[in-house]
Amino acid sequence: MNQTLVSYLSQYEFYDVLLGFFGNNQTLLAVTIYFLFAAAIVGLMATVGGLGTYAERKISADIQQRIGPNRVGPYGILQFLADGVKMLTKEDVMPFTADKFLFYLAPMLALVGVFATLAVLPWSSGFIMADLNVGIFYLIAISSLVGVSVFLGGYASNSKWSMLGGLRGASQIISYEIPVTISILSITLLAGGMGFGTILSHQTGTPINWFIFHNPFAFIAFFVYGIGALAETNRAPFDLPEAESELVSGYHTEYTGMRFGMFALAEYIEVFVVCGVAVALFLGGGNLPFNIELDIIPLQLAQMVIFITKALLLYYVVIWIRWTFPRLRVDQLMTICWKYLTPIALFNLVGCAIWTVVFNGKSIADLVFGGGH
Amino acid sequence: MTPAQFDGLMPIVILMGLAVLMFWGAHFASVLLAPKKPSHLKSTPYECGELPVGSAWSAFNVRFYVVGLIFIIFDVESVLMFPVASIFSELNARGDGVYALEVFLSFITILVVGIAYCWRKGDLDWVKSYQVSLKENNK
Repeated sequence: MNQTLVSYLSQYEFYDVLLGFFGNNQTLLAVTIYFLFAAAIVGLMATVGGLGTYAERKISADIQQRIGPNRVGPYGILQFLADGVKMLTKEDVMPFTADKFLFYLAPMLALVGVFATLAVLPWSSGFIMADLNVGIFYLIAISSLVGVSVFLGGYASNSKWSMLGGLRGASQIISYEIPVTISILSITLLAGGMGFGTILSHQTGTPINWFIFHNPFAFIAFFVYGIGALAETNRAPFDLPEAESELVSGYHTEYTGMRFGMFALAEYIEVFVVCGVAVALFLGGGNLPFNIELDIIPLQLAQMVIFITKALLLYYVVIWIRWTFPRLRVDQLMTICWKYLTPIALFNLVGCAIWTVVFNGKSIADLVFGGGH
Repeated sequence: MTPAQFDGLMPIVILMGLAVLMFWGAHFASVLLAPKKPSHLKSTPYECGELPVGSAWSAFNVRFYVVGLIFIIFDVESVLMFPVASIFSELNARGDGVYALEVFLSFITILVVGIAYCWRKGDLDWVKSYQVSLKENNK
């Protein structure tokens, strides 16, 4: 059975108290808990997405020796709120040639696809909304909606820049899905399961138990995943779908106001999700780095803080990469994906399988320090 | 559908619902706040200030189609590998590791042959080299 937030909470006494408060209606209580938690997560994510735009501008300014936003609030930290208000007060323009229904649908699909991935993200060992036994598989599948929305946005606008950006975006996102999926496959093979709970249960304790240090192939797989994930989220150096010097701004050229805002928000949240997945798969997730006895609530909160800190550190690296490397050409993009990353990822998968058979599933740490499952 | 299954899917439905709600909320707020001065010129598709020529829904590069085709093949094959990968260590613990590895490797070999074929045919190059097809025709 899948572990969910509600089934986790139902182990404790206060769940029965709450249940009495809701007149013993299990479904109503479950919906309420999920809704409150989902609202909290969405609020957190909107803040992370908003602060992400601020961080992006501030870090880029730092890298290019500028000052960056510094007018709104202390150190310009309220800049993202000002941007949001500005986007709300912009006129909503739609090209008269556009496919109206699809034009409305595209940003919504991006948002739906990104929010749906939040359901399986393991914030801590207990606070995971639905620890589906196909967790990572579900995540790959549902995040493809973003690719669909990129293409729909480009197609529905009926503008040449948008169409080119949408086509490039779609081909890039689906191409890079292959190395990413195969890298995730090698971790699935090591963990023996697709659920995040299963994957994280192998990575407890000191960082040496993380999957990135499990064997050399998993170590390479992390970087293949990282590069592929950058491309899947349309981040520089892979931001060809919105390359401003050649395509104006790609698939969202015709989007104004809040609908553009939704695309931007979805993109920044997706970067966080991708970082979170990397943390959960390779970097030990929210597991505490040492064995310590804590009560339930402090333990879960500590795990949540660790998970989010690790994900934000990766987020910083993503921004850092964006402002350090020049953009690729389309043919280089395809060459890297199909001629380098995909063969390397397949090699890693075979390597992980052989490692599992030869060393009986033990990691380097187990072999060196004589531990083992 | 049993309640346990429903329990796992409920948060997903709720999150999707929240996304739609957020979208409509933002849209509604912008309808209230934003100015509305539509004009024909304003709603022409952007083409760097020129009047747009023709529709954007025209023929596009066939390379995108080939990329999509290669993707479908690889995606389906990686989907088929997921169940094997998730029970691989279990099989290994039971002593069937070598057998599982053989099956797994033979499946991956098919994938590798596929990518090698595409590579040889020049379908992995974005700009498919004209020389490749010339060489083949001359053989």
